[in-house]
Amino acid sequence: MNNSTMTFRRYLVLAMVTLTASLGDTFLSVGARQLGPISLGHVDQLFAAIFNPWIACGIVLLIGFFASYLTALSWADLTYVLPASSLGYVVIALLSKFWLREQLSLYRWLGILFITAGVGFVTRGPALTQHAADLETDLETEPETAPEATAATP
Amino acid sequence: MTTGSFATWSMIASIVVTATAGDVLTASAMRTIGDLDLIRAQSGLLGAIRAVVGSGRFLAGVLCMAISFFALLFALNHADLSLIAPASASLTFVSNAFAAKFFLKENVDRRRALAAVCVCIGVALLAH
Repeated sequence: MNNSTMTFRRYLVLAMVTLTASLGDTFLSVGARQLGPISLGHVDQLFAAIFNPWIACGIVLLIGFFASYLTALSWADLTYVLPASSLGYVVIALLSKFWLREQLSLYRWLGILFITAGVGFVTRGPALTQHAADLETDLETEPETAPEATAATP
Repeated sequence: MTTGSFATWSMIASIVVTATAGDVLTASAMRTIGDLDLIRAQSGLLGAIRAVVGSGRFLAGVLCMAISFFALLFALNHADLSLIAPASASLTFVSNAFAAKFFLKENVDRRRALAAVCVCIGVALLAH
């Protein structure tokens, strides 16, 4: 398998990045609202916020996000992973509208659409940039597998 | 606080700068470490975790992300999620595109540049 090949499992990892990030952010928002306004003079309240159940759940989801995000970064470019998981904007918008009862204007909906459409372009390209060093490595490893492939061919 | 206030956008800017530094440092570390799926297959989950946590660049990236996280938490406490989350994340995408091109030497071609323009328009619309 080529380093830049996208498999079903890899798409699942990207979906995991999307869902855990958007759900985690939403949970944090609910928790932050329960706490009320926090001023810069009371930074200790930010650390105490970790014990709020919503914020704690948000943190657990964001740990899941981080694990899947790191996995994705190990086989894809940063400029591929970030846009590829952009459906999170839509998830956040829907959660904000129907769960948190926030008002979304037409402009904001258009903005979210533009962002999603724009970053959607990237997923149609290769996932990983092939640097000269990578290509040299591929060429070095190729002779090891080539004779076997040739021998297997009738 | 209004969505277009200076304080709101200052909070968004601080999230973007720290998140970009965190993303680039982390991506650079993961590039050096290699495919995590392969490492996990060879050395198990603990081996993969050890490989990641043992990277100094990764730890520096995590520190930047932690600062960005608390900046996000603070911002969410003062403004709408539907503005803070998409605006900071999409602006981070644009700054990441530049940072990835110059620091990680990624191929930010016409397709990825066009995506960045669309994201900029999207962010401008979000501010309304």
